[in-house]
Amino acid sequence: MSAAWAYDFRLAPMFVGLSPLPRGGSPMTQLGFLLSSGPGNRRRLNRGMAVEAFDGPLKALMLKGLGGDAAAHAELLSRMATLLRRYFARKLGPSDQDVEDLVQETLLAIHLKRETWDAAQPFTAWAYAIARYRLIDIYRRRRVRRSEPIESAEALFAEDTADGSAATDVERLLSELPERQRAVLKAVKLDELSTAEAAARTGMSESAVKVSVHRSLKALMRRVRDED
Amino acid sequence: MKTDDLIAMMASDAKPAARFSIPRRLALVGGATALVALAILVPWLGLRDMGAAVGDTSYWMKTVYTAALALGGFLLAERLARPGVKSRRGAFVAIAGIAVLGAIAIAQLASLPSAEISAALLGSTWDKCPWRIGLLAIPGLIAVLLVMRKFAPTRPALAGAGAGLFVGGVAATVYGLHCGETSAAFTLIWYTAGMAISTAAGALAGWRILRW
Repeated sequence: MSAAWAYDFRLAPMFVGLSPLPRGGSPMTQLGFLLSSGPGNRRRLNRGMAVEAFDGPLKALMLKGLGGDAAAHAELLSRMATLLRRYFARKLGPSDQDVEDLVQETLLAIHLKRETWDAAQPFTAWAYAIARYRLIDIYRRRRVRRSEPIESAEALFAEDTADGSAATDVERLLSELPERQRAVLKAVKLDELSTAEAAARTGMSESAVKVSVHRSLKALMRRVRDED
Repeated sequence: MKTDDLIAMMASDAKPAARFSIPRRLALVGGATALVALAILVPWLGLRDMGAAVGDTSYWMKTVYTAALALGGFLLAERLARPGVKSRRGAFVAIAGIAVLGAIAIAQLASLPSAEISAALLGSTWDKCPWRIGLLAIPGLIAVLLVMRKFAPTRPALAGAGAGLFVGGVAATVYGLHCGETSAAFTLIWYTAGMAISTAAGALAGWRILRW
């Protein structure tokens, strides 16, 4: 009597883990998962669920942003800011002064290099690879020898808390921009005008304002790179 | 600057993005590399008798080989330009190309009398071929690295190597329009050495300048 009961009890969690699998993957990988029941596989499956649950909405926002939807793009970037803040705080310590700078650098890369994302690829895998690259770069800049293992993109979703305060580095870099670009940025950002309003105020055409914003972002990224 | 301000700034910069910009731009560089290499080759060394070449199996063997390695380099560069993707396919194409030509070369050498083996290995231009291919690849190498800089390679040296193999393969294909060597072993050794020069130069330069 106890044999059947014990069997079900042991296997139940595994089937919870298995349930999302048959939707994706080739028949061979499904067969592989059905044949293997080790805890490692179970963990991998649960992780797959977590990434999928996070990735779907982010991917949808990214696709809209790539189509030119500014609101979706802003939503994506602010969600990523939260995830990245947690990720970097966990890696460097919550009070590390570089956390917010890393968040901003990674967001800049996500924005300026968005054409390197392949829509066939999970968005989070792409974003995680960028975040990890920025993290390794900060180790290099600090002359710290430290290896950063490749984790699953799920590392971006690990729970943790940290507050997002103003960063000083980008502020300083911003002050080094040419006068004209700074005036445009101030109008668009700090005074929260639309590009059309900023154009009216600075006497530039709207497309010139947009070009100026784009150039400023690129200049910020270049300065980050040339810092060391 | 607060992160929220930065985000607002980037949102106002959200234009519709071009699709397939990486493969498209790499393909453009590949085409430009071929044209520039041809423009250097014709006044420098001249073309071989192309009427005879198109009827010559060894010409097509060389061309298919160098084009396959160019394709492998293209696939590598296209993948390695992106963060967080795997890039095995390009390496597979390149290695498969080398393996197939290696098998042909061994079969050819085995059928030759031993007195002719050294001629098959060295031809008459073995000491010039790799350097000429490397030189023909230089303009393309500069162009492809400048293009790769716009992308986001998280493994800069490897991405540079893939880009170098790509333009090296294109340059070697163009060099085949001049070179009259016919043996598979010659192609396997000396053409591959020429493409390896370009690949190594790409890796070295990539390691230096593809960081971001």
